[in-house]
Amino acid sequence: MNTTTPAPPAKRRKKSLIRRFLAGPLPWITPMLLLILAIVLWPVYEMGRTSVLEISGSGVTKGFAGLENYRELFDNPNLLGAISRTFFWVITVVAITIFISLFLAQLLNAKFPGRRFVRYALIVPWAASVIMTATSFRWMLDGYYGILNRILLDLGLVEEAIDWMGSAETSLPWLIIVAVFVSLPFTTFVILAGLQTVPGEVYEAAKVDGASARKTYFSITFPLLRTSLFIATVINLINVFNQFPIIWVMTGGGPGYTTDTTTTLMYKLAFRSQEIGQSAALSVVNFGIILIFVLIYIRATGFGKREDR
Amino acid sequence: MSISEKPAANTSSSRAKAKNRELSKKGLLTITGFAVATLFLLPYIRMMFTALTPKDELYQIPADYFPTRLEWSNFVTVWESAPILQYLINTLIIASAATVVVLLVSVPAAYYLARFRFRTRNLILLLVLATQMFAPTSMVIGIYREMVALGLVNTYLALVLVNAGFYLAFSVWILSGFFASIPYEVEEAAMIDGCSKVSVLWRITLPLSLPGLITATIFTFITAWNEFVVALTLTSSIEIRPLTVGITGFIGLYEVQWHYVFATSLIAIVPVVFLFIAIEKWLISGLTAGSIK
Repeated sequence: MNTTTPAPPAKRRKKSLIRRFLAGPLPWITPMLLLILAIVLWPVYEMGRTSVLEISGSGVTKGFAGLENYRELFDNPNLLGAISRTFFWVITVVAITIFISLFLAQLLNAKFPGRRFVRYALIVPWAASVIMTATSFRWMLDGYYGILNRILLDLGLVEEAIDWMGSAETSLPWLIIVAVFVSLPFTTFVILAGLQTVPGEVYEAAKVDGASARKTYFSITFPLLRTSLFIATVINLINVFNQFPIIWVMTGGGPGYTTDTTTTLMYKLAFRSQEIGQSAALSVVNFGIILIFVLIYIRATGFGKREDR
Repeated sequence: MSISEKPAANTSSSRAKAKNRELSKKGLLTITGFAVATLFLLPYIRMMFTALTPKDELYQIPADYFPTRLEWSNFVTVWESAPILQYLINTLIIASAATVVVLLVSVPAAYYLARFRFRTRNLILLLVLATQMFAPTSMVIGIYREMVALGLVNTYLALVLVNAGFYLAFSVWILSGFFASIPYEVEEAAMIDGCSKVSVLWRITLPLSLPGLITATIFTFITAWNEFVVALTLTSSIEIRPLTVGITGFIGLYEVQWHYVFATSLIAIVPVVFLFIAIEKWLISGLTAGSIK
């Protein structure tokens, strides 16, 4: 039927052009690409550009600054402390998180009454806003009205109330605890997903061979968890490095700059000290560090090989 | 050898022993499990008791474990105390609009990425992965400068777009996983019947991928609902500010009204927790799909 009544040639060509356009990837992919371009890539460019501009406190661009902002940044007396603290912060939080997650995942992989409830409880800190969770911790740790001091006083563990957020020595451990607390759900669920891919027969075989529980774990379970562990670690590393709300709510990086990481310092430089240029320079550095993590992740997970899954 | 060690005669007593051991192991696991669960709920339990504390009992030194009476009316008066309602509306608008934008861009993209192989496919997948790995936190200065240049500081639009741009990856992974799992023959049959690619997607593939759509919707909504750093940077007025930033505004005050802070927090947290539990099954695959598959 179609072949016997051909459409006028001009109309037909037009139609086939539209068809061809609609058949290609462009109409399907372009909206997403535009959004990524505008929202993710443009800020990267802006960041780099701002880092080499001289910008006044009120935000007026005064001209090209070359590497002046970077020089000022590296002369900043608070930078070195923030960098070493960031290292300490990231490594400690991630190490503790992964260690505890291994136990939690093992627990959630076992069968016991109420397991579902425990899973759901673990999801709460994940779903809840980190800002609100951190605020609750801050309230519990309050030097005057906090419940923690009350408990410690009642147990006779302290003589008098402690102002936990009053100095870096007492606040930093708590910042780490809260960061671990909000990190655990994700890492635990990733490792749990890994555990559930280990086929049951493997354990049966180990049992038949008379392997002890510990030996089974270290020679069978743990090696099979390698991929999940790696994924949990790298994503957690990036998240902890970028962690802002916890520090912001609990100490604001203070007193002074004593609990700042490079992430909170970057924010304070821009929006407290009005040093936009320096802040942009620091964010370029931060961005570079994350980029390294991302590249490691992409390489190690063989991202490019997904083509033929 | 193992057979000789297990004489068939006393099975009943050894079986009972094994059963006992199994039971006590289960008991131990349950106790540990509940201890862990309590630990994870602790900050939220404290939140709830504080939200229900009468105002005159908030500032006890040292703190009381529990309020003498539960002031349920706090959950009513909180609406009058501060621009909570406005913050909540702002959050709803931003999170809903961001979710709509994410679905609009990720459904067609995920469909095409799942169904067809083309030259730049890998590059695009990589780009999507990058949006997921680079949190807006590390780029907040760049985002701020861009929005200043566009004149979008302190607008819903800026927050909607930033949330959508950074949180679309989850949706792309989940949806393309669902689309790929639908046999192409099903679509082909429909195309033979004269359906266009768009109507096949709309009438057949999308309905079959409903769980994926729901998961993507909920996840995007919650992530945008909880977003803080960008909102802190880009909002300067009550009319635009979402709840997460609004709450930190209370804390800077001379006398923090903690009962209101936490009543508000609970209003924001409880629905989101239930939504999150509903999509629990798919969370990990959406967050790590760039790698595991």
